[in-house]
Amino acid sequence: MSDPSTEPVLRAVGLCKKYGTGDGLVRAVDGVDLDVATGETVAVMGPSGCGKSTLLHLLGGLDRPSAGEAWLAGRRIDRLGERALARMRRTGVGFVFQAFHLMKELTVVENVELPALLDGRSPRTARTRAAELLDRVGLADRARFLPSALSGGQRQRVAVARALSNEPLVVLADEPTGNLDSAATADVLRLFEDLHESGQTLVIVTHDERIAATADRLISMRDGAFVDETRLTGGTTGNLGALAGLDG
Amino acid sequence: MQQEVVLAMLAKEPSHGYELRARLRHALGPVGEAMNAGQIYVVLTRLEKAGLVVCERSTAGGDSPDRKTYLLTSAGQERVAEWFADVGWPKPGLAEFHLKLVAAAAAGLADPLTIVDTQRRELLRRLRDAQRAAMNEPDHSDAALLLEGIVLRLQADLRWLEACDQRWTIRRGTS
Repeated sequence: MSDPSTEPVLRAVGLCKKYGTGDGLVRAVDGVDLDVATGETVAVMGPSGCGKSTLLHLLGGLDRPSAGEAWLAGRRIDRLGERALARMRRTGVGFVFQAFHLMKELTVVENVELPALLDGRSPRTARTRAAELLDRVGLADRARFLPSALSGGQRQRVAVARALSNEPLVVLADEPTGNLDSAATADVLRLFEDLHESGQTLVIVTHDERIAATADRLISMRDGAFVDETRLTGGTTGNLGALAGLDG
Repeated sequence: MQQEVVLAMLAKEPSHGYELRARLRHALGPVGEAMNAGQIYVVLTRLEKAGLVVCERSTAGGDSPDRKTYLLTSAGQERVAEWFADVGWPKPGLAEFHLKLVAAAAAGLADPLTIVDTQRRELLRRLRDAQRAAMNEPDHSDAALLLEGIVLRLQADLRWLEACDQRWTIRRGTS
């Protein structure tokens, strides 16, 4: 029996995703092995088209691999039937996308409570939970607004609140700061740091160095495969003064 | 000109001063145009006095500096290895870091991609520290503005390291 506390919450074994055939064959994800521990933040960086978004879709059950295995909390998900897979997506993972993907006809609080309602919670429970989450992301006073009345950074914080609705085992974020200016990026960074500290498991694919720097572990991806892995925890040899041009 | 740059250029093989100069000019292109032609000899003389290189004179040709061949001592080799491993920033300017990669590849003493990865890891940690410091500042404080400058500069440096990574990956694939 393996110890559940050390078992990875998210696991990929030889994960592959191919498109096309013959000369048109594209290996978007080409033999990825990954273990993510509970509470860990992992960032995957790489150039556009390196397969990092496809990888995130495979890990979250939005897409099925051509070969290999995807596991969530000790359960193999790549072979689940459609209904079981849909349920796993609702309850096991929370997604955050670059373009927010909020429902524009629904208010902020309605967007955030939607995953809980879809999972069969009572409207009262769903609303209470949504209000708590909006408070957590600092947007309690925007609950009745439509997304169109919010800034980009605020919309992304709503999307993060929505992703947390069903207390997912892991939050998967695809370029969460890709559409944001510097100030809004700082707000989202602060939120991800807060999630990290609260023990939320996070996998972020990005080419934003700022959000990558918040990770415990950084993986570089090229042509569908992992080429480098770095632990970012621990100290530096320099100080902030040296970086700003102060001597001594 | 950094002494370590000249030392590392010598790590490939014992060389004449003019050969070192030619290699530097090739690696630096227009960036190195302002470099004084005599500078390399000044550095070589200092390195010799410090015991990091030794100079061998060929018998023919009299006193011309071009008759001297320089080679690293074991102390010089040690200094080069330390320089390859150093992750200080931003003290090695862009040219110095660039020449570090060029010299490491030429000498076969260190993998440029390993140097880039090590430096990137270090800069990401510093970026994290600068960001955390910025987040802990009250909004619109003077110090927050300075920290923003540090963050933006580190981002630019990290993008350049990414470009170094891609370039040296291609170089390795074709060599």
